[in-house]
Amino acid sequence: MITLDNVTKAFETPSGTVIAAQNISMEVQDGEICVLLGPSGCGKTTTLKMVNRLIEPTSGRITIGGKDTAAYDPVELRRTIGYVIQQIGLFPNMTVEENICVVPKLLGWDMERARKRAAELLATINLEPALFLKRYPKELSGGQQQRVGVARALAADPPVLLMDEPFGAIDPINREVIQDEFLKMHRRLRKTVMFVSHDIDEAVKMADKIAIFRAGKLEQFASPDHVLAHPANRFIADFVGADRTLKRLRLVKVGSAVETGWPTVTAGDDVARALALMAERDHKYIVMVDPAGRPQAFLARDACRDQNGPAVKHSLPLPATVRLDEDLRSAVSVMFMHDVRWLACVDDDGLFAGYVTQPGITRLLRQTYRGSGVEPVA
Amino acid sequence: MRPSWLARTLIALAFLATFALGVLAHRSGLFEQVAKYGADIAFLSRQHMKLVAISGGLAIAVGVPLGLWLSRPSMRNMAEGVMQVLNLGSTIPTLAVIALAMSLLGIGVVPAIFGLWVASLLPIVRNTYAGMLGVPAYYIEAADGMGMRPRQVLAQVELPNALFVMFAGIRTALAINVGTAPLAFLIGGGGLGELIFTGIDLNEPGMMLAGAIPTALLAVLVDFLVGAVSFWVVPRGVNPLR
Repeated sequence: MITLDNVTKAFETPSGTVIAAQNISMEVQDGEICVLLGPSGCGKTTTLKMVNRLIEPTSGRITIGGKDTAAYDPVELRRTIGYVIQQIGLFPNMTVEENICVVPKLLGWDMERARKRAAELLATINLEPALFLKRYPKELSGGQQQRVGVARALAADPPVLLMDEPFGAIDPINREVIQDEFLKMHRRLRKTVMFVSHDIDEAVKMADKIAIFRAGKLEQFASPDHVLAHPANRFIADFVGADRTLKRLRLVKVGSAVETGWPTVTAGDDVARALALMAERDHKYIVMVDPAGRPQAFLARDACRDQNGPAVKHSLPLPATVRLDEDLRSAVSVMFMHDVRWLACVDDDGLFAGYVTQPGITRLLRQTYRGSGVEPVA
Repeated sequence: MRPSWLARTLIALAFLATFALGVLAHRSGLFEQVAKYGADIAFLSRQHMKLVAISGGLAIAVGVPLGLWLSRPSMRNMAEGVMQVLNLGSTIPTLAVIALAMSLLGIGVVPAIFGLWVASLLPIVRNTYAGMLGVPAYYIEAADGMGMRPRQVLAQVELPNALFVMFAGIRTALAINVGTAPLAFLIGGGGLGELIFTGIDLNEPGMMLAGAIPTALLAVLVDFLVGAVSFWVVPRGVNPLR
């Protein structure tokens, strides 16, 4: 756990004292990703660098795992904290292997163990060790360099990782890929991560907690959904954007919005039965499933009225289905694409699991506005 | 180093020209005239190399640490001023430096070495300083952030990344040094200048060439040696030649 307790940094400049960070208090729980977010010059990088004491706080206390960082020798402290910067900073005079081995060597590991660790880390970031260990940074692409940068930070298996806009210099397509890879790795390693970003989308995607800074002050510290649903003030509302409700859709899985317990019919059922079921609940549609329970088609109440025969005769094809583990943004996108107000949901086995409807999603978002809480994407 | 076809053609042409010159020289009996000074050449070449080695070695021994020191953040304010003074120093012709050295230290080997040392100091300091400043700040930030001590940052990150530029300075300095060393004769420092200047004074081309040709060969040899050292010493990741 990283704790900042009333931390302040004041710089003396010729034109007077500049407060880069003022009375910052926050806590990052073990295994969480905390994104420090804000426009340039807001104090987020200063705050990050105070944690590994690249910048010494003017006042206040920072603890990692309960221990005061001021009690360490700053150099020893930094060796126990992973550090990734925007420019990556792989040393061009060293091979990939030597770069990864820097901190293990500083910690006095024997070379055999450090080398083994380097090969192991390269494999986890999907770079073939035999191919990449002896390469120099200039022989890697930007995305590969950034992966090696992360691997280097993880070399000595530090519990805490500080990342200063680590994916900022990578093109948008590769950035998405590397973010996904990092999240996957994080789920496995469960490091405590502090991550500086100025990109709200990146923050929403990566963060368990978002800390929004402005002019050296911590304006809001909350979960991404909370920040999007309840921006603490005008500045944050503007910063997260007018489309913040759409951004929230990304945080919620279809599974949280699904409406279950609706009746279904099978191909052999009579239309009259389908009509009766719809009338009973005042639904306009009913889904037709196969004997295993997979959705096949649907019947519309208006089209079936005064008809008879088996349901299959009057069924219409389903425009699309969504899986329970997709996020609501994809679901809404599919709805707009097919111009429908509801979608049938399927579980992992492809079995019918319920519906998501536009009114249902709106209701759900409204509920969180009242503060009842939506399960965020883990 | 892979020379282009143009470079290769030029090298071939140079060899041909040298060969033709050699033939011409042989015809005119110049070789016999030069060969007369064989013993002098051997003795004076040794003296010449000693001048170059001592003054060049001292210039490296002083220039590299001075450049490193000037590049430290604590020196940033002063460094530019010191570099300006050194720049001014480099505008003084080497002959004048040697003359000044003589007026300061008298005649002999010591003022000659001093003059050559001054002349070759500047490129070394300047390139060391520029090479160190050229190391991007984010490498140093990354090194600090990973827990390197200042000495480790210097040895493992800054120096290897500045080395190529530093070697370029040393190469220039030694080229200047070898070329200037004949002037040492003028203040009693000895060396191949003795044959060159005496040859000119006596209008004796054989004697002059007996000094000039070994000087030129020595310059080529030194340049080749420094080039080879920098080729192997500068790490592959930051060596544009490898």
